[in-house]
Amino acid sequence: MRFFSYVAESLKIAYEALRSYKMRSILTTLGIVIGVSTVITIVALVQGLNIAFEQQITKIGTTTIYISKFPWIMGNNDWFKFRNRPNLTLKHAEQLKQLSKTTVAVAPTLYTRRNIKFLNSTAEGVIIVGTTTDYMETSNSLPELGRFLSETDVSHRRAVCVLGQEVLKNLFPAQDPIGKRVTIGGRKFKVIGVAEKKGSIFGDSMDNMAVIPIGLFQSAFGARYRSVDIEVKVASPELLESAKDELTGIMRRIRSLGSSDEDDFAINEQSLLMETYKQLTGTLWAVAIGVGAISLLVGGIGIMNILLVSVTERTREIGIRKAIGAKRSDIMVQFLIESLMICAVGVIIGVGLAVGLAKFIAATTPLPAAITAWVALLGLGFVVTIGLFFGIYPARKAARLNPIEALRYE
Amino acid sequence: MLIQLNNIEKTYEIGALKVPALKGVNIHIANNEYVAIMGPSGSGKSTLMNIIGCLDTPTGGEYILNENRVSQMTDDELAEIRNREIGFVFQTFNLLPRANALHNVELPLIYNGTNSSKRKELAKQALEKVGLADRMNHKPNELSGGQRQRVAIARALVNDPSIILADEPTGNLDSRTGEEIMEVFEILHDAGNTIIIVTHEEYIAEHSDRIIRLRDGLVERDEAVN
Repeated sequence: MRFFSYVAESLKIAYEALRSYKMRSILTTLGIVIGVSTVITIVALVQGLNIAFEQQITKIGTTTIYISKFPWIMGNNDWFKFRNRPNLTLKHAEQLKQLSKTTVAVAPTLYTRRNIKFLNSTAEGVIIVGTTTDYMETSNSLPELGRFLSETDVSHRRAVCVLGQEVLKNLFPAQDPIGKRVTIGGRKFKVIGVAEKKGSIFGDSMDNMAVIPIGLFQSAFGARYRSVDIEVKVASPELLESAKDELTGIMRRIRSLGSSDEDDFAINEQSLLMETYKQLTGTLWAVAIGVGAISLLVGGIGIMNILLVSVTERTREIGIRKAIGAKRSDIMVQFLIESLMICAVGVIIGVGLAVGLAKFIAATTPLPAAITAWVALLGLGFVVTIGLFFGIYPARKAARLNPIEALRYE
Repeated sequence: MLIQLNNIEKTYEIGALKVPALKGVNIHIANNEYVAIMGPSGSGKSTLMNIIGCLDTPTGGEYILNENRVSQMTDDELAEIRNREIGFVFQTFNLLPRANALHNVELPLIYNGTNSSKRKELAKQALEKVGLADRMNHKPNELSGGQRQRVAIARALVNDPSIILADEPTGNLDSRTGEEIMEVFEILHDAGNTIIIVTHEEYIAEHSDRIIRLRDGLVERDEAVN
């Protein structure tokens, strides 16, 4: 009871004190506002980036493994090391498909970029994928119109192709493409199907593509210097690890590697990108937290400074209160509440500002800044931590004043 | 006995130097006495007042206030005793400048946990006793010196303390206002309060029933006023 009546009194005192020194209070609060809004905005940005990245990356497929000559993530000099590795070939894909028990689809792939023509229209820079029937599964390229490549299309190297949605839009805005003949790299291909829309990864459209039988790709665009990328699909994400082990073993056997030899191929998967990304944003987080911590520190020092001034100015008041029966803890609570109040005002404005800023960024840039409910908790955490941490020294100083000297203070 | 000061000593240590301010003071004050403590500056008058007011503890001797052994108490225990047993009236009023008269008078009640409505009621009664019921919502800078001292007296009264301890209560007032304030003390004394006034003005001290004169840290004379 005594405590509550005193806390109520302290709130009143703190409010009065802040009100009677308006400019000073505003400036002190400003430090906290800037600190808090910086931290929360950066946190929101990083979080937004994460969400966006995750959305993008899951399009790569969580159940697909990519066996290539080069790993996706390389250091500065790795390229020179890896380029001497032998190329992967169609044979490898065939053997993998025969020997693997954990996988459901194995598709060798070759890529190039070419223009595709139909009558007077041209689709520019289309990714031409040379592959097999399994590609439908490994890349999730279900046909929306017509059909995908069949086994016989591949084995007989038929001049057929499956188009992506963007190519369809560019070449056949108003007519049925099935059965039409398009020109890719000087050769005619019959359109047998159109794949479903896939969207884009990091701004790169996955619909600006055309799929053709891999044998035909090799004779049309050359096979000699190209290393095949092998896409392997497993039945479920849980099988990913055992499939990786199995595929590594098979590849090593095919390549006749000794037990001390390093792998001369790379097993890539989506999670690798995720890890690298997380490392990257981990640094970003650290920087953000560092910057935020510094600005909050500066804000906190501002509060401490003002409270020390306030304690000195109100020495006599403290003396009066002590003479009348205030205990140390009462005086302590009074100044801590004042500190917390400055912080609370700063944090509320800071969070508001950050929310506004995040909305503004999300609306005007492609960055999806996301502020979630936990920001309120974070804010509360800031209030309590900064308010107590920087308030405790001045509050203690006030609480320990000798009442006789405090009463005599002019 | 309300106040028992037995062989009270207070020595200040300033660096290596030991300065004795009180050298063994014996004073007993009963309930409803009206006592003036006098003495030239340096006599130990202020030190004695601080000890009686429980703002300070003696370095030797024993002080018993209303059956509380005050001489060995901690800071927080002293704060509680001050709140319960003592009403201070200072020369410079010592009101909170930003609070109105009513809130100033409520202050001691805040520290003993009286609830808000009861506080207001008691504070109003105290202000009525000192004749300031119509100035409740004025801040100190809107009041005259005499009115401010009345507010301070109301604040000293509000907790119904054992003693009202006044330190030069008329020192900052003109003589006519000073007389008015002394009348207030007389009324309070008549109502049963114990009053101790510290002063160096003979004519102020003469309002009391008993004058204790200090010199060089000792009681020089302790006698009733005729």
